[in-house]
Amino acid sequence: MHNPQLNADGELQHLLTLEGLPAEIIGRILDTAVPFVSIAERDVKKVPLLRGKAVFNLFFENSTRTRTTFEIAAKRLSADVINLNIGVSSTAKGETLLDTIDNLVAMNADMFIVRHGQSGAPHLIAQHLSATNRSHIHVVNAGDGRHGHPTQGLLDLFTIRHYKRYFRELTVAIVGDVLHSRVARSLIHGLTTLGTPEVRVIGPQTLLPTAVEALGVHVFHDMRQGLAGCDVVVMLRLQSERMKGSLLPSAGEFFKHYGLTVEKLKLAKPDAIVMHPGPMNRGVEIDSAVADGTHSVILPQVTFGIAVRMAVMSILAGN
Amino acid sequence: MTTGSLPDAEITLGRLAEKMRDAVAFDAKLIGIYSGGAWLAERLADMLDGEHPVGYIDVSFYRDDYAQKGLRAKLATTTLPFEVPGSRIVLVDDVLYTGRSVRAAINELFDYGRPDSIELAVLIDRGGRELPIEATYVGARLAVARDLSIVLQRHLDGRLELSVEPAGSVAGA
Repeated sequence: MHNPQLNADGELQHLLTLEGLPAEIIGRILDTAVPFVSIAERDVKKVPLLRGKAVFNLFFENSTRTRTTFEIAAKRLSADVINLNIGVSSTAKGETLLDTIDNLVAMNADMFIVRHGQSGAPHLIAQHLSATNRSHIHVVNAGDGRHGHPTQGLLDLFTIRHYKRYFRELTVAIVGDVLHSRVARSLIHGLTTLGTPEVRVIGPQTLLPTAVEALGVHVFHDMRQGLAGCDVVVMLRLQSERMKGSLLPSAGEFFKHYGLTVEKLKLAKPDAIVMHPGPMNRGVEIDSAVADGTHSVILPQVTFGIAVRMAVMSILAGN
Repeated sequence: MTTGSLPDAEITLGRLAEKMRDAVAFDAKLIGIYSGGAWLAERLADMLDGEHPVGYIDVSFYRDDYAQKGLRAKLATTTLPFEVPGSRIVLVDDVLYTGRSVRAAINELFDYGRPDSIELAVLIDRGGRELPIEATYVGARLAVARDLSIVLQRHLDGRLELSVEPAGSVAGA
């Protein structure tokens, strides 16, 4: 099957999803991100790779952190960054998604960073560009609906590899609201592609997707059992809007069963790392003592996220 | 030309060190351009008198052929374990050809600050410059056909050797 992310030579043309992305391309992105990490420590935090390129941040859904890290990444590559908060502009006036894209292409865009509430929106844009012979313009999915968030998945993989080295020896647990989490979906695809032997999801039945086992993970409803022997614990944000329905009794109840505390973390390996994609709800999915503790690599994740996004953009723009 | 007529890398390195010995600043920092220049910088630091800290530079992010070639080669991390501002620096590379790698390295160095001076030491100068760049210290000068690349290799025992390959088979050159 043709992978719409790759060009005729098998090179990365767009980054839309980690599902079906070959291990060698994931590995290459992670390798490329390594030298980008140290650029943040220099006098001039910039390299000239994307000089003269126009990167459009198209956020149809709010996300300050993701938009900011993409903006920083593009600026460190010397690109010109244009931030568009589409939710409150053209779309509100009735313009279709593809008309918006055509207008921005007419402004000589070179790359679109797309965050959208609808799953598949970045894919639709990439298809539209190919169908109209403008495939030199690249699309990066910055989160679409419940589908995926590939750069977050990649930065999680980068963080795991940074601290734990070999995926083939690891047990990774993803805890909490997997059902609504595009972060979890992207990470699971990446981990299995890279050969992680044991990926677990831990959460209540109501917050796990049906047939989640089909992704190659083991399901645990008891957090204590699920954490046993883990090298990596990834906590997911419990989205407060989910609390309104019938999925959960209360935040307090959730914390009691699925909140990560120092005491529960002791069930994992002594050198386990704790990750969280942010923003965190302290006292809901994670205790402050863990979030600020020695096992936590939550802030390094943010720093690595910039380097990983620089790697993605510079590989795309060169293909 | 054939491999047989290439100079011996170890002897050429000895000559290069000889030329640098009395000329290089006592506190000069040696910065090798990956990968051949990095090996040479380490060797030169041992061969020259005095203390010469060694740094490494990967110019991939500063190359002028990114738009044509993209990011292809395996990247290394630029590591400069000293302050660049105020330093006297000797860039070290294996082969000086078009001058484009050196241009990229100088640009990258300036993003770390303003060095006092930059000199250039190369094992081989093969001519063919496309930019106004010259080496301060040269191990040997060679005339090589345009369709060939000169490649420096390091054996497991650390011994350096020069070889010739068809151009285009090696990234960088």
